[in-house]
Amino acid sequence: MKDQEHQNGKSGFNRRDFLRGSGAAAAATALATAPQLAFAQAADDKKVVRDQTTITLNVNGGDHKVIVEPRTTLLEAIRYQLKLTGAKPVSPDGVAGAATVLVDGKAMNADTLLALECAGKKVRTVESLGGEKPDAVPAAFVHNDAQQCGFCTPGFVVAVRAFLNAHPQATEAEIRHGLNGNICRCGTYANVIQAAMEVVKGGSK
Amino acid sequence: MKNFEYAVPRTEAEALGLLSREWGETEILAGGTDLVGLMKKMIVTPDRVVNIKEIPTLRGVSETADGILIGAVTPLDEVLDSPLLDDFPAVKQAIRGISSIQLQAQGTIGGELCQRPQCWYYRNGGGLLADRGKLVASGDNRYHAIFNNSGPAKFVHPSRLAPALIALGAAVRVIGPKQDQESLVPLAEFYRVPRDDNQRETVLAPSQLVTHVYVPWLNLHSATYEVRHGEGPDYPLAAAAAALEISGGVVREARIVLGHVAPTPLVSGDARNALVGRSVDANTAESAGAAAVAHATPLSHNGYKAQLAKTAVKRAILLAAGLETGGF
Repeated sequence: MKDQEHQNGKSGFNRRDFLRGSGAAAAATALATAPQLAFAQAADDKKVVRDQTTITLNVNGGDHKVIVEPRTTLLEAIRYQLKLTGAKPVSPDGVAGAATVLVDGKAMNADTLLALECAGKKVRTVESLGGEKPDAVPAAFVHNDAQQCGFCTPGFVVAVRAFLNAHPQATEAEIRHGLNGNICRCGTYANVIQAAMEVVKGGSK
Repeated sequence: MKNFEYAVPRTEAEALGLLSREWGETEILAGGTDLVGLMKKMIVTPDRVVNIKEIPTLRGVSETADGILIGAVTPLDEVLDSPLLDDFPAVKQAIRGISSIQLQAQGTIGGELCQRPQCWYYRNGGGLLADRGKLVASGDNRYHAIFNNSGPAKFVHPSRLAPALIALGAAVRVIGPKQDQESLVPLAEFYRVPRDDNQRETVLAPSQLVTHVYVPWLNLHSATYEVRHGEGPDYPLAAAAAALEISGGVVREARIVLGHVAPTPLVSGDARNALVGRSVDANTAESAGAAAVAHATPLSHNGYKAQLAKTAVKRAILLAAGLETGGF
C-alpha cells in the first residue's frame, strides 16, 4: 500500500525532492570554501562572479530566477531548480546529446554550458514541444515508436527540431549525419530517422 | 567541479588583465564543449574562468585586402555557413566532419584549435604526458602518435581544423602577455610537442589569448579527408589536408598536413616533394601518401594508422585536385 501512496504522490516524500535537497546542502558547504585567488591580478569586482548569485534565465518563454554558483551548469539549473527534467545528465562532456536544449534557436548541450553564460539568452527545453498539442517532432516520435528505454529521446527530439528548423527539406542521409551528436544505447536510430523523415514529408496526420 | 571565479571581459584588454601568468590558475572559456567536461572531471581545476564570448571584436567572419579574418569565438556553424569561405573547401569539409550540430553550434574556431588532447590517459587523470610517456608506451596506445613519439608526449593533437588551416597558410593573432603586445603566429609554428608538465601543446603563454584566425587568399585547391571509425561522432583515426597550387596541369607548390598522427599537426615535406612538378593522378597521389608515412614510428598497437594516414593523404590530394568527390 505504501507503494501506491508513493505513486499517488501522497507520501509527502519523493526521490527527486530528496535529491534536490541534498544538492542544496552540498552547494552550501562548498560555498564556505570559495577560492580566494592568490595571484596578484585581482579582478574588478563588477566583472567577476565569485559566489552564489541570483540570475534570471529565460526558459520556454518565461523569466525564471535561479540561484547559481559559477560552476552550476545550465542543465543543473533547469533540472534541479526549474524542475524541467526532460534534458538528461548522461555524459559529463556532452557527447551523448541527451542534454540537448535550444539556446537562441540552436541545439546545444546544456551539460557543457554554464548557467551564468545563458543569462539573457532564450532557452527552450523539450518540455516546450509537448503539451496538449505537441509539436510535429514528438508526435512523429510517438507515431513511429522512436524510443525504447526513452532516456535519449528528449535530446533526440530537440536535436531533430533544431536540425529540421535549419534544413526543412533534409534528406535521410543529411538527417543521419546531422544527428551525429546524439547517441542511443538501445540502438533505435532507424525509428528516429523514420520519424524525422515523416516530419519532412508533412507529419503523421 | 571545483568552484571558480567567473569573469566576463568586454574588451581584449580586460581579458588580458584577468589572465594569470601561471598555468592552471586561469582558463579561457569559449564554447565550453571541451573545458567544462575537463573541469567536471577535475582534470583542469582553475581558480578563475574567463569567458571571452562577450568580446564583440572576437566574433564574425570578415574580408581583408588579402584574406579572410575569423574571430576566435565565431561558432563553427557560422564559419561553415559563411560564403566568404566557399573557396576554402578544406575548412568547410573539416567542420562538416565534426557533424554533431551541438558541437558545431556551441564550439568556436579558436576553441577548436586550442582544445586539449583526447588521449585516454590524460582524460582519466594520468597527466598530459601520462607518467612521462610510460603509461602510453606500455599500455593501450592504439589511438596514439605514429610520428614524433620518442619523447614523453605520445598523444595526438585533437584539432580537426588545424591541418586544413595550416595547409592553407593560416595564422593566428595572439595578444598578451602585456596589454599592447600582439603578434601574428603562423599556425604551422603555433603547436609544439611538450617536453615536461609545465608545457602545453601550443606556444601560448598562460596570459596570452588567440583572438583571430587569418586565412590568406592564395588561390589554392584544398581538401580535408578524415578516416573515421564508422559514421559516429568520434575523432578521426587519421586525417590529412592538402592545399595545391596547380597551373598547366602541374602541381607548382603543395602543402600536405597530417592530423591525428603526432602530438602536433604534421606538415609532410616528403609528401610535398613527391608531388611538386608532377600532374595529379591516382599514382602520384598514392606515392605522396606512401612518402608521407615512410618514416612513421608506430608504437606497439598503432601500426595500422600508417596505412590510414597514407590513404588520407592520397584521398585529400585527389579531392583537392577535383579528381575525386566524396567525404563531406
